[in-house]
Amino acid sequence: MRNKLFAVLLGLGLASASPAYAVTEIQLWHAFTSTNNDQINLIAKEFNESQSEYKVVPVFKGGYADTMSAGIAAYRAHNAPDILQVFEVGTATMMAAKGAILPVYKLMQETGNRLDMSAFLPAVASYYSDQQGRPISMPFNSSTPVFYYNKEAFKKAGIDPNNPPKTWDDVAIDAAKIKGTGAATCAFTTAWDVWIQLETMSAWDNVQFATLDNGFGGLGAKLTFNNPTMVNHVALLGQMAKDGRFTYAGRTTEPEATFYSGNCAMLTTSSAAYGIIKAHAKFDFGVSELPYDAEAPGAPQNTIIGGASLWVFSGKSKEKYQGIAKFFQFLSSPKIQARWHQVTGYVPITKAGYELTKQEGYYEKNPGTDIAVKELLLKNPTKMSKGVRLGYMPQIRNVIDEELEAVWTGKKSAKAALDEAVQRGDALLRKFQRENR
Amino acid sequence: MAAEKRTYFPTGWLPYLLVAPQLAITLVFFMWPAGQAMWQSMLLQNAFGTNVQFVWFDNFKELFADPRYLASFRTTAEFSLLVAVSGIGVGLLLAACCDYVLRGAKLYQTLVIWPYAVAPAVAAVLWSFIFAPSLGLATYLLKAWFGYDWNYLLYSGQAMTLVVIASTWRQISYNFLFFLAGLQSIPRSLTEAAAIDGAGPVKRFATIVFPLLSPTTFFLLVVNVVYAFFETFGVIDASTQGGPIEATQILVYKVYRDGFQGLDLSGSAAQSVVLMAIVISLTVIQFRYIERRVQY
Repeated sequence: MRNKLFAVLLGLGLASASPAYAVTEIQLWHAFTSTNNDQINLIAKEFNESQSEYKVVPVFKGGYADTMSAGIAAYRAHNAPDILQVFEVGTATMMAAKGAILPVYKLMQETGNRLDMSAFLPAVASYYSDQQGRPISMPFNSSTPVFYYNKEAFKKAGIDPNNPPKTWDDVAIDAAKIKGTGAATCAFTTAWDVWIQLETMSAWDNVQFATLDNGFGGLGAKLTFNNPTMVNHVALLGQMAKDGRFTYAGRTTEPEATFYSGNCAMLTTSSAAYGIIKAHAKFDFGVSELPYDAEAPGAPQNTIIGGASLWVFSGKSKEKYQGIAKFFQFLSSPKIQARWHQVTGYVPITKAGYELTKQEGYYEKNPGTDIAVKELLLKNPTKMSKGVRLGYMPQIRNVIDEELEAVWTGKKSAKAALDEAVQRGDALLRKFQRENR
Repeated sequence: MAAEKRTYFPTGWLPYLLVAPQLAITLVFFMWPAGQAMWQSMLLQNAFGTNVQFVWFDNFKELFADPRYLASFRTTAEFSLLVAVSGIGVGLLLAACCDYVLRGAKLYQTLVIWPYAVAPAVAAVLWSFIFAPSLGLATYLLKAWFGYDWNYLLYSGQAMTLVVIASTWRQISYNFLFFLAGLQSIPRSLTEAAAIDGAGPVKRFATIVFPLLSPTTFFLLVVNVVYAFFETFGVIDASTQGGPIEATQILVYKVYRDGFQGLDLSGSAAQSVVLMAIVISLTVIQFRYIERRVQY
């Protein structure tokens, strides 16, 4: 009896253990929730079913910051995952970690695979590439800020609902009309104020955010966003906050609720918020291009991305790297990208994904969903509009947020706040430079 | 004090054996991490630890030269004082009322103790939903009834009020329990004698009950300050996240924000060493000065 049981157990053990010999498991740590989480699981499932050698296992690790900390802690404990999703503000930290990371271009070289970077949207590819234009991490979920407006509130205020504001001066004028007619209790609000109002607006107006190509050129970069264009922009928003045309509702996604509840008539937020706004808004709303500063020469330029990319840790086996390379190719295929774009609201990272979505007639059925890609593709990125890649970027964002809140409450002038933010941010940059000497 | 009895066990090794598990736990889970924090606070390193430099006390120098760190001390002191005083005040008031009523005391007791079962983070989520600037019920009512513009994400005073309420709410139950026990241990004969002499409930409370409760009050003061210092992290993380403009950035939260969100491990380690010094001094104060006066 005992022997029989033992044999059965042994058999079970072998049966469950045997596939592990053939299949190479690849751990992917990510920060996706709800729809996005379902999608990454679906992509992994399809990839795993498409071949029999590799198995990608997505593991949810909490928010962006938690996921990054978890990956770094695991690396320090010599137990790093194979692939780690890192938000765009963590990019400089990841790039500075020489030896811990296997750059994607090397991964492709070593495994004899190819990833055609010219197929990617330039604003996406350039952000995650080094100075020589070689990809360091694999671009993935990317979004960009767009302008949302309540068409019914526009009608009530006597503004043409098919002619949304183009410049920030237009926004200020329309906001006055909305407040004046009582079309909405709140005229304008913005989510992600640092990412949108400073980082993206700098690119959109084609002005410098930091020296050394916004930090792309090295660790010695100094912040320069206290330039006249940005000071004017923040001063305008500060003035609007003072007279009630701009309502501040939080640093990240909190303001989105004030828009889809119908309180605020205009909102700037990520293109990836389209799904949640569409699900909740009980009114007709429009999506349009981000307003720009009429006086900035060359504006509008192109917007920058937010979101995250996938990083590959060093010191893994050849089989794993082969599997990761194949997975990245699968991930960037037009079919996957087009579906990812349509379901999640993130932009397709390749031009082919965009073209396929166009052919499928998706944009005609969902007007406004192509604005984000159009903004990113508007012009070829300049040194000022590739994005911002600085060390300690999460803290720098906090610093700017704090200084901006002082402007919105009327405690500081735009100039004083941005000067102070530059000074505090530079101190963080110097620390980052010392740490990575 | 003088009549304390002492019992001696002659065996040499038994006491050591009995405390060994506790010692081992203390060494592994307290001393070792504390030592690591001290060591890390003197290093300058990047997030991955691929570049490590020994810099002596540079991290501390940088910390104390930062006016924002010093401001965080002030915020912490303000916050702890508000939490401790309002928590103790309300707890005492409720306990006194509960001790005074004759009917339904058990029901009141249960209801007041209830919030203590709610985790701080959950309490904060509840409160911040009620007071959310965009969707909150309280926000709506404040605007509709009083025309008051509530937005704790923008106004520092409101943010502080919210985190104090959310932190205190839960602590009131704890304070209530201790005060109720304290009140019930006061001999009835004292208050009854005062009542016969013509002292009303308020006078009896002020001149007899409150002075007799002072050991309990002292004890709760320390416990509440320690709670406000270290256990309110969840409240702040779930509601204001230290904002706006660092208005609710208490020391513990800053350690987390700089270390885990910002990945500035050296600066964060230096901050935790400073915090450790504060805990040690608070504990010393409690044991040396307050513990002696409390009569159990």
